[in-house]
Amino acid sequence: MKIAIVVFPGSNCDHDTYHVAKEVLGQDAELIWHKETSLGRADAVILPGGFAHGDYLRTGAIARFSPIMPAVAKFAAAGGPVLGICNGFQVLLEAGMLPGAMLRNRQLQFRCEFLHVRVEQTNTPFTVASRAGQIIKVPIAHGDGNYYAEPDVIERLERNRQVVFRYVSSSGEVTEGSNPNGSVNHIAGICNEARNVVGLMPHPERACESAIGSTDGLVVFQSLLKWGRESFNGDTLTMATASAVLNK
Amino acid sequence: MQARVFVTLKPSVFDPQGTTVAEALHTLGYNAVRDVRQGKYFELEIDAPNAEEARRLAADAAHKLLSNPVIESYRIEVTS
Repeated sequence: MKIAIVVFPGSNCDHDTYHVAKEVLGQDAELIWHKETSLGRADAVILPGGFAHGDYLRTGAIARFSPIMPAVAKFAAAGGPVLGICNGFQVLLEAGMLPGAMLRNRQLQFRCEFLHVRVEQTNTPFTVASRAGQIIKVPIAHGDGNYYAEPDVIERLERNRQVVFRYVSSSGEVTEGSNPNGSVNHIAGICNEARNVVGLMPHPERACESAIGSTDGLVVFQSLLKWGRESFNGDTLTMATASAVLNK
Repeated sequence: MQARVFVTLKPSVFDPQGTTVAEALHTLGYNAVRDVRQGKYFELEIDAPNAEEARRLAADAAHKLLSNPVIESYRIEVTS
């Protein structure tokens, strides 16, 4: 599988993500500068974490107008799997590829720590290898991760089962203390209605090797590989199969 | 022509920065300050034939980039 990782000026998890794709998983990976207008022959796209354009104006607000973004939108519209991690999630929100917006963390602190997240939905390309309700230990590192959307949007997200990750305690419970930033309904990650675009604030790419504290993030990338194996017919993506996998 | 764009969080959206500033003001004894909402202020120098055109352009920019319509609203003042 060929994984394209977009590099914005200020991205700082691009090489971590590349390392996981290339070295940990042994996949073909490519860093793509944001001024490019083509993703090449990518099978999956990841918008990495960081502080694109210094977070000026709003997180992701300037990056969403990068020359590469129309190609990312087109790739997503065709059903291609797109993952936004942290700042990448913020870019997807600003671009309108996922609903809602990020506010400053409720307590105004930049939160940088390991915490627990529950996988709520397994029928996305980035969670298909996980168990429903699986609790993963992954780090967060953000100042603007307070997910917000109007109540009717939140209701629709929950009804459509688009909340993919939720902040929980180590035992998997939704408690006040397990919400690091004030996100509505403890939302840590969501997907679009077609389920191929996923965004999350935690950093699974920083939890893929035991030497750095956790391997729980691997499931996100292993899911992508599993999804690829089950969805690709040789090198040709057959959307009917992909949809069948997602809607199982 | 100058357009001044004021961007603020919608009333329904919690403003943690504004709330913190209000608490700080209360600590300083400004108890008459009931609430604070923090926002952003932009001055756009615009080449436009008239105020109406400058306002139209500023509104377009405010909608597309300066504000995020999901959480923010904006107000524009045009001066020549």
